[in-house]
Amino acid sequence: MTPDRKLAIICSKGSLDMAYPGLILANAARMAGVDAMLFFTFWGLDIVNKAKVERLHISPLGNPSMPIPAMIAGLPGMEAMATRMMVKEMDRLEIPHVAEMLDILDQAGAELYACQMAMDMFKLEKSDLVPQVKEVISAMDFIDKSEGAQVIFI
Amino acid sequence: MSSRTIAGAVIDVDAEGFMTQSTQWTPEIAIALSNELGIAPLTDAHWRVLTFARDDTAKHGQSPGPRRIVAGAGVTMKELYALFPKGPGKLVARLAGVPKPKSCL
Repeated sequence: MTPDRKLAIICSKGSLDMAYPGLILANAARMAGVDAMLFFTFWGLDIVNKAKVERLHISPLGNPSMPIPAMIAGLPGMEAMATRMMVKEMDRLEIPHVAEMLDILDQAGAELYACQMAMDMFKLEKSDLVPQVKEVISAMDFIDKSEGAQVIFI
Repeated sequence: MSSRTIAGAVIDVDAEGFMTQSTQWTPEIAIALSNELGIAPLTDAHWRVLTFARDDTAKHGQSPGPRRIVAGAGVTMKELYALFPKGPGKLVARLAGVPKPKSCL
């Protein structure tokens, strides 16, 4: 509908609750005919890291939206339990898992990029990433590619 | 809400152009809209998607988003975007005469 509109989303966090907003927004953009690109940097690389994509967690520790006392939230197993509960609820609502979201985005024509500097920091190679990542680019490349886009930082 | 004349029929539409009375829809309206929206010509695959969207809306009272369409209409997500490049989320509903989908997927 709006051929010139473009969304560029920077995903800098790798927890489950920080992964979905960017993925859902990019998908909504494509559904509405708006171009979308995602730039995964720092912990956001976990979202496109083959070894981690199906193991993203949600942390109840230091999370004011989860009404669990910090002393209890820090106990072993609490994070896994919070994650299990959230994944179960998302399954009930038929929300696709992160790996499937990445495939949907790829098929929908969204462009996925990984940050070169973060890759170096975490000693990752392109082959460590899911195949939907189009290219590993520098921050300056991102600035070029996102020209004219509305930028969202997550 | 307003009404407009298209393909020789008067239809009620909302501010974004989605038809508000599904019963006013005819295939001729879809063809005329496909010309307006730059989707024409409509292929068999387009019709399969539009028919599914109409049937599914009638059954569930909610218009389907792309993920539901892919699951039910026999097209892949990639094909759906090739059929409606300017955004299947809105365009399928526009052409099928059903409301704008509330689904985010």
